[in-house]
Amino acid sequence: MRIVLSLFGFLAAAFLTIMMFTTAGWVRPPIVGVQTGFRGTGQEQLVSAQAKRIIEAANALPEAIDPASPSGERATAAYKNVKVLTDLSTEQFNRVMVAITQWVSPEQGCAYCHNTENLADDGLYTKIVARRMLEMTRDINKNYTAHVADTGVTCYTCHRGQPVPSNIWFENKGGPHAGGWSAHNYGFGHPGAANGSTAMTIDPLTPHLFDNAKIRVQASTSLPEGTSNASIQQTEQTYALMIHISQGLGVNCTFCHNSRNWASWEQSNPQRVTAWHGLFMMRELNGAYLEPLKVSYPENRLGPLGDAPKANCATCHQGVSKPLLGQSMAKDFPELGGKSAP
Amino acid sequence: MAMLSFERKYRVRGGTLLGGDLFDFWVGPFYVGLFGVTTFIFATLGTLLIVFAASQGPTWNIWQINVAPPDLKYGLALAPLKEGGLWQVITVCAVGAFVSWALREVEICRKLGIGYHVPFAFAVAIFAYVSLVIIRPLLLGAWGYGFPYGIISHLDWVSNTGYQYLNFQYNPAHMIAVSFFFATTFALSLHGSLVLSATNPGKGEEVKTSEHEDTFFRDAIGYSIGTLGIHRLGLFLALSAGFWSAVCIIISGPFWTRGWPEWWNWWLNLPVWR
Repeated sequence: MRIVLSLFGFLAAAFLTIMMFTTAGWVRPPIVGVQTGFRGTGQEQLVSAQAKRIIEAANALPEAIDPASPSGERATAAYKNVKVLTDLSTEQFNRVMVAITQWVSPEQGCAYCHNTENLADDGLYTKIVARRMLEMTRDINKNYTAHVADTGVTCYTCHRGQPVPSNIWFENKGGPHAGGWSAHNYGFGHPGAANGSTAMTIDPLTPHLFDNAKIRVQASTSLPEGTSNASIQQTEQTYALMIHISQGLGVNCTFCHNSRNWASWEQSNPQRVTAWHGLFMMRELNGAYLEPLKVSYPENRLGPLGDAPKANCATCHQGVSKPLLGQSMAKDFPELGGKSAP
Repeated sequence: MAMLSFERKYRVRGGTLLGGDLFDFWVGPFYVGLFGVTTFIFATLGTLLIVFAASQGPTWNIWQINVAPPDLKYGLALAPLKEGGLWQVITVCAVGAFVSWALREVEICRKLGIGYHVPFAFAVAIFAYVSLVIIRPLLLGAWGYGFPYGIISHLDWVSNTGYQYLNFQYNPAHMIAVSFFFATTFALSLHGSLVLSATNPGKGEEVKTSEHEDTFFRDAIGYSIGTLGIHRLGLFLALSAGFWSAVCIIISGPFWTRGWPEWWNWWLNLPVWR
């Protein structure tokens, strides 16, 4: 009995040891480091040379599409039921259609959104969504330059050749659980994608990227003088949100912050300002564009709680601090309302 | 300083590793040896360089003096003195002084014919320091990954370097190291209080022996590790704490660049319940 037990223990230990060494994520030198603060402050972004090559390959741009002349016949004159791209020439309009097909539904083709018998028909929900997404893209490129700068966004920034972007999220209440006196963890203790596999709140996104929950939880004084009355739960919610941002951007906390004083803008990196604008952009886009589309989606596109798929930092960034490594596709697409738009 | 009556018999010649009889003498109570001399040189030079580096900085505030390592761009090359070069020379002095001191301890052990437990234990502490400023920077490819020399600044480095992995407390080796640190202080407090309790009986009573000490723990938890055993355990716990600390920082960066919480996905992904 004793031998059997110790044999079992040995095998279990060997199994667990092997599993933890074969877990995804281990790397080896050479490591590429980028310093993001004064020397010796420990503000560095690290990535293995191997992972860097994979990231670069994943963020290669799709084939360019020849530019179109903004003059000539108007799209509104040539086509029926044009509601958003009203300022484009026919040539430009067709260019956008070609681009969307390449970026969003390369396998499904035009029929993914259009009734091929009648292209003007609004019968497919995908067309309703696509039209709203075009409005959103133009809105971002025109009005959110504090976050997207001159780089701008296109459909490809999120879609990458897929009809549904890979990084979308839904509200998550952590499944059925007891409430009141029997409640035990209030959504904590469920490692998942949104909280970076931590034991912190399962859904930091709904309060912060949809609702307007307070992010600033840290007291601004050394002693408890009432500058912050945030609870541990609120604090962990902020921490989980920050981990989401870090993982979405493939960076660590020191990309924006000097952890000696999280709150201090003076000691933070300029990227923190960009991120701050990004948080507001995210709330507005989720509130104004993405969630209201839930009435258009069929049920299989909705989340378990019946909400529409929404965007977070990872949706565009996909693990890179500048989406597509900072390569601008929007500058070649004035049709999408970027800097060079008419 | 007068020599104690029995001390002379321990002051024997020989046992030196290097330098033969040249430095085989005592200054007051201190054994010198070649490594005593090198310790003195490295320590003095290093300290003076720290003072010089401080004089080149913006402050004499003891908390804020900061001797920082070079920028990452210098890689593993030498940096200009005032841009991290001083840090590099001070690091050489520090390692030189620590290793010299350990070797001096070895020579004393050899003279006395005792085991090398003390220098070995000290070597683990040196290993922890060398991990931070030599091994990890070498693996990452730049001296700039070392920690800065300054009271507040090295704490800032610890904080930021921890947050490079989003939440360092999920680092498994860090967990083991912290557990050993707690365990070693726990064992020391149990041992210290037990010895003091046996040697401080009530008024008019005789000092108690190790029999009493063993019996206390047998009564309390059914087992006593014994008088020699507790010291083996204490040394093991303390050295393990230092060793796993070194491991936890060496793997952070060279072998893991993501958040440590993610590492635990191996557990969630076990084929048993995935």
